[in-house]
Amino acid sequence: MANSLFEEKLYSGEFVVTTEVGPPKGADVSEMVHHIDVLKDKVDAINVTDHQSSVMRFPSLGGCLIVKELGGEPILQMTCRDRNRLALQADLLLAYSRSIVNVLCLTGDSIDVGDHRDAKPVFDSDSVQLLKMIRTMESGKDIGGNDLKGIPKFCLGASVHPEADLIEPQLIKFEKKVAAGAQFFQTQGIFEVASLRRFMQYASQFDIKVLAGIIVLASARMAKYMNDNVPGIIVPQTTIDELASVEKGKGRQKGIDIAARLIRTIKEENLSHGIHIMAVGNESVVPDILEAAEVEVARY
Amino acid sequence: MIVAEQKPLPEIRRMISPYDRVLIVGCGTCMTVCDAGGEREVAFLHDALRMAQSKDGKETHHFLEATLKRQCEPEFLQMLVDKTSDVDVILSLGCGIGVQAIAERFPDTPVLPGVNTCFMGISREQGVWDERCAACGECRLEDTAGICPVTRCTKGILNGPCAGAKNGKCEANKDMDCAWILIYKRLERLGQLERMRRYYPMRNFRAVPRPRRLVKTPVAIGEDNG
Repeated sequence: MANSLFEEKLYSGEFVVTTEVGPPKGADVSEMVHHIDVLKDKVDAINVTDHQSSVMRFPSLGGCLIVKELGGEPILQMTCRDRNRLALQADLLLAYSRSIVNVLCLTGDSIDVGDHRDAKPVFDSDSVQLLKMIRTMESGKDIGGNDLKGIPKFCLGASVHPEADLIEPQLIKFEKKVAAGAQFFQTQGIFEVASLRRFMQYASQFDIKVLAGIIVLASARMAKYMNDNVPGIIVPQTTIDELASVEKGKGRQKGIDIAARLIRTIKEENLSHGIHIMAVGNESVVPDILEAAEVEVARY
Repeated sequence: MIVAEQKPLPEIRRMISPYDRVLIVGCGTCMTVCDAGGEREVAFLHDALRMAQSKDGKETHHFLEATLKRQCEPEFLQMLVDKTSDVDVILSLGCGIGVQAIAERFPDTPVLPGVNTCFMGISREQGVWDERCAACGECRLEDTAGICPVTRCTKGILNGPCAGAKNGKCEANKDMDCAWILIYKRLERLGQLERMRRYYPMRNFRAVPRPRRLVKTPVAIGEDNG
């Protein structure tokens, strides 16, 4: 039996659509609430990011609780950057007790890219070890070997980077994540269909679901900024040129068009099991992209 | 070796300001090699402090110099015994270990750190040192082609690269090589990639309870040879 609506959808054979919201810097959650409201019925699940880019924010777990309150389906992003194994396990117990069971296990960005650069980076575990940790908890023991009263059960995901400039070490790690218990993968941003196609040819040998990551760009400047500053993101020059080709003020629409075109191709060619749209602070465009791509989610 | 950097002169002047007679003590081992606190640096610092003092005109410190072969060993510290009776403070240009060894040996004399101890590393080129060992207590270099992920990966992760590297460089610092890409390339070259495919569990931090103590058990030669 599936642990969550999202898990049920993953194994339904239908095209899965997820997106993400970034919690606010501060205690005013109204904008995030608005984004969740707009998105919750248009997608199968909403990721809530965990101090994205190592910038201190309202917590992911808190955001997931709000998604639940609003009747949405949350995916808890969990990084290893800020919590040791005690804190990670504790937060997982809290999540499970509140029926937050979809967890995306990430190592987390470096402290050095964020806004608290003097902080102590924790990294007591990495993404592979976090997956193992959660699977161990599901066996009824914490990772210290002690019995748990009330055994949690999760639907676990991880990330993979099909457009990394050196792919082989990424694939070795991907296989470790599969072996450690990842059921689904939300990829880093895909810009070239060819790289996704290549990755899926390889990944199809594993019993996992892949949601292709779609980053929504709003201008050539934004793309260049991300190339220079956001870990791992490599926006190809052709995409930058395409964004730069439109007149001022039309970049946002162009970004929507590019994302929708990519999604349409992925869906038509059946390239992945679904998509994960990352609008990076521009969450309100997600419904427009889905409409332009003619993707409709049947919400249960 | 241990790599350190001498503290800025104003900070050293601030630290010594309450004391009249200052014994500047260098260290002949790591601190000499990394140009932070050997005999030469002791002499330079002595000159710099005297010059600053004469320019300033307000302070009248008296300085003495000494450089030991190693500050971290009690037998070498013995050589300071006569000198400490004549001074108000010891300014050590040893690493943090040297400073503390002096504090333990001379309970009645204040000791000041003249360098910031940085890491254990190697010399890359003139004036450039790179960290290489984190003293994690569980060496895995056998499995990582002689390249330490605990030290050289900014996250110290054990199961392969994160997705943050670009052009082989770390997301935390564009001038720094991604340790895991280095490890991958060298394992591939050595025909040992299967080592990267293994799962490495979380580190055992009981191997490094602070402060650590190493008690060596004597092993008779030939004991383990069957």
